[in-house]
Amino acid sequence: MPAASSTKAPSLAHTLPVNVPVPPAELERPLLVANLRSFGWISNRVASLTEGRAPFWWWVLFIPSLLALGMLGFMLTYQISTGVGVWGNQHPVMWAWDIVNFVWWIGIGHAGTLISAILFLLRQRWRTAVNRAAEAMTIFAVMCAGIYPALHVGRAWYDWWLFPIPNSNSIWPQFRSPLMWDVFAVSTYFTVSVLFWYMGLIPDLAVMRDRARTRVRQFLYGLFALGWTGSNRHWSNYEKAYLILAGLSTPLVLSVHSIVSLDFSVSQLPGWHTTIFPPYFVAGAVFSGFGMVLTLLIPLRKIFKLEDIITMRHIDVMCKVTLATGSIVGYAYAMEFFIAWYSGNPFEQYHFLGRALGPYRWAWIPMVSCNVLVPQLFWFRKIRQNLFVVFVMSLLVNVGMWFERFVIIVISLHRDFIPSNWGYYRPTWVDICTFIGTFGLFFTMFLLFIRFIPMIAVSEVKGVTPQADPHHPLGGAKEVEMAP
Amino acid sequence: MNSTTAITRPYGMVAEFTTAAGILHAAETVRDAGFSHWDVFSPFPVHGMDKAMGLGNSKVGWFSFIGGVTGYTTGMVMIWYMNTFDYPIVIGGKPLFSPFSAFPPSYELTILFGAFGALFGMLFLNRLPRLYHPLLKNKRFSLVTHDRFFLVIECDDPKYSEIETRQLLEHVGSRHIEVVEE
Repeated sequence: MPAASSTKAPSLAHTLPVNVPVPPAELERPLLVANLRSFGWISNRVASLTEGRAPFWWWVLFIPSLLALGMLGFMLTYQISTGVGVWGNQHPVMWAWDIVNFVWWIGIGHAGTLISAILFLLRQRWRTAVNRAAEAMTIFAVMCAGIYPALHVGRAWYDWWLFPIPNSNSIWPQFRSPLMWDVFAVSTYFTVSVLFWYMGLIPDLAVMRDRARTRVRQFLYGLFALGWTGSNRHWSNYEKAYLILAGLSTPLVLSVHSIVSLDFSVSQLPGWHTTIFPPYFVAGAVFSGFGMVLTLLIPLRKIFKLEDIITMRHIDVMCKVTLATGSIVGYAYAMEFFIAWYSGNPFEQYHFLGRALGPYRWAWIPMVSCNVLVPQLFWFRKIRQNLFVVFVMSLLVNVGMWFERFVIIVISLHRDFIPSNWGYYRPTWVDICTFIGTFGLFFTMFLLFIRFIPMIAVSEVKGVTPQADPHHPLGGAKEVEMAP
Repeated sequence: MNSTTAITRPYGMVAEFTTAAGILHAAETVRDAGFSHWDVFSPFPVHGMDKAMGLGNSKVGWFSFIGGVTGYTTGMVMIWYMNTFDYPIVIGGKPLFSPFSAFPPSYELTILFGAFGALFGMLFLNRLPRLYHPLLKNKRFSLVTHDRFFLVIECDDPKYSEIETRQLLEHVGSRHIEVVEE
């Protein structure tokens, strides 16, 4: 688009003659905000989603979510007051659904940080339309994840021993264990995600403050907007801080799932003890996270009529990221089998044969089909343009990734080195209800988020429109200017 | 539009613009005219505005850097103190302190403190939170978060003059100029 202005002759005296050829039409990128929507339209469209009475469908989703959240509260109370035995974890499978769900929820969070941080550093400007909702997803997913290890320790009232706080036994946490690294990784991840999300929200809370009609809204949005005025001296510091937070979040997100994977790979267990785990876990996390982003945004863009902001191009690129990460995951699966064969280690070989042929093969089959085969359909443009198919596939991605964690954790544990240490794990009703309850927590939080907070980063989306570019005719540029 | 009333102290002269290019060129002119107490307000960061206003590189990086160094040092020293000095326990024949096993938590603390440095450094440099601001009282100025751009020259600028400043802002293309009170 910007090159369209180059057809006019330069009129400034100090500029050299410019001759920029206009690119052919097929190379022109579609605009990130469709239909040349104005700044005001973007504010009105996004902010109006949080104004007025809640629509009927919102209550239809919110009430079951709240009930499920209540069930989570009941399950956690029951588990704390009775003991870990209410879960199905039994020798030899001492890590089961709790850790499966922990890793699954943490993994879902990773797409939010990938979108907000890594794509920012890579100058992928399409991220602006989805980053707010994806970051919110990250925060709520990490909240769901955090419940599990905190409860799995058995005596949840001693959770504070995980942190370096002096206690009456004078014993400190043991930092040679990857489980301690995980405490620091996950708590840092949560904190930095909240900081990053809140900083991105400050200008948009000012948008909400300036539109607010009621005293309560004026007060609350005004309080959290911290008195933002849109001053360019402030924007200058703000953009630098945003860049630094993106730069810090990038190594952070890569480290979090790497450290989660070290919980497994530092052990000596066949199926866990592999060097491939950190990159493999990160790719899988991004894969499942994009699945969840698509699951959430495809219906929301329809219901909220956000098609001009979350365009088909956005869906298209997210499908491509899912395809790329899904293929990395497929490569990792193949490589695990190859290494098992190539290592010549009979325990390793037995374990991997057991994945495909053992008593838990019913978990291995959906894992491979949902994570490796299903995403390959995204090679086809027709599939990527069909929202219903993309939505169903995004659900399958999440199902597949849950089974991946189940395969890694439960299959590796259920047959120990000697047959007398073999067992077969089954979840109890408490396991199942707790997992459903975490969905209640997630969706309660997410529904409150879309109700009260602008779910699109208004000021960032305005910044990627052509009229935001002072060197574009739509931005008011009168003549072609050379960069000085 | 409204002329100043001498009853309350004026804060500054607010000029409204409707396009990004308009505000950018206005900022270049005001910068070249030698004003010092002035600012540009926009719904999003306008590309090239820092240069047009003559602003240097933001100093947020220093806050984040100091935060990061503090975080890494805290992590390493804390782990050494806890597991080697204050209560040494041998576990699995591993050394009491190793920079490798101490690295992951220290790395996370680097990022954590660096992120706090970035956010709070930004807020400190911007003197936020500041819930009262003369401009926020102005009805028209509330469009700054919607679709308008404003250039504000404060009255305590040494070069400020009621008439000439207004002429300058009219000359750079503002259609709406008013004086906002403190």
